[in-house]
Amino acid sequence: MKLMRRIFPHPILTVVLTVTWLLLVNGWSLNSLVFGFMLGVLIPFLTQPYWPQQSKMKHPGKILAYIGVVLYDIVVANVIVAKIVLFKSNAKRHPAWVTIPLDLRTPEAITLLAGTITMTPGTVSADLSAEGHALLVHCLDAPDPDAVRDEIKVRYESRLKEIFE
Amino acid sequence: MEFFFELIIAAFLVIGGIFGIVGSFGLIKLNDRMSRLHAPTKATTLGVGGVLLASMAHAAFFETYVSIHELMITLFLFLTAPITANFIAKVHIHRHDTPDSLPEPGEDKIWATHKKPENEVIGPQV
Repeated sequence: MKLMRRIFPHPILTVVLTVTWLLLVNGWSLNSLVFGFMLGVLIPFLTQPYWPQQSKMKHPGKILAYIGVVLYDIVVANVIVAKIVLFKSNAKRHPAWVTIPLDLRTPEAITLLAGTITMTPGTVSADLSAEGHALLVHCLDAPDPDAVRDEIKVRYESRLKEIFE
Repeated sequence: MEFFFELIIAAFLVIGGIFGIVGSFGLIKLNDRMSRLHAPTKATTLGVGGVLLASMAHAAFFETYVSIHELMITLFLFLTAPITANFIAKVHIHRHDTPDSLPEPGEDKIWATHKKPENEVIGPQV
C-alpha cells in the first residue's frame, strides 16, 4: 500500500492525464493508451515534491452536477456581461471589490472556487488573504455587493464543500 | 437537410463572432483597469466556444466523424483564462492599490499580495 502510494501519488491525476492524452490523439489505439498511461505515471511522480498532500474527494459524483451548473452560468454570464458592455454607460455602472470569507480549507477546492468565480457573471477573483481565509473578488457591476457574496457562497461554495470536505 | 446543417453551423459562427467583437469593444469602452479585465475573460469564452461548436458540428455533419479536439481547447481555455486574469489582477493590486483601498480581508488582516515576506527585503522599499 505504501509502495503503491509512492508510485501513484495522485491516482486521479494519473487517470485524468491518460484520458487527456487519448483525447489529444483524437482516436483510439493501444499504443496511445500505453503512452498516455506512461505520462500519467511519470508526471505525478516527478511533480510530487510540488504537490505533497494527498487530494481527497468525498463525493466525486457531484462534480458532474457542479460542471453543469457552471457551464450554464458561463453562458448566462456572457450574455449579462455583453449587455453591460453594450448598453450600460460607465457612469451608471457600479464596479466594486467584494470580500468573500471562505469556509473551504482544501487548497484544490479554493482554486476551483476562484476559477469558477472568474468564469461566471461579472466577477473576477483577484487575491487571497494572507492565510487563505478570504477571497478578494472584483465585480463589474454590483449595486449590492452583499448579494454577490451570498450568491457565490450559496451557489458554488456550498457545492464545492460537499464535494471536497 | 444539408441547408439546415449549414444554417446551424453559420449560427454558431455568427454568435461566436458577435461575442468576440463585444469582448474587444469592452476593452475600449470600459473606463477603469479592473473592469477592463472582465470583458476579455468572459465575452471571449463564448466567442471561442461558438467557433469551436461550429467546428464540431461541421466535423459531425459533413465529415462524419466525432471530433473531440474542440472539447480539449475548451478545457484548456477554462483552465488558463482564470489564471491569466488572476495574474493581471495581482499586478494591478501591486501597482495601484494599498491595503487601505481594498476591503477588509476579514480575520487575516492583510491580502496575500500586500504581505511582505518576514526578515526579507525584495525590491526597493516603498
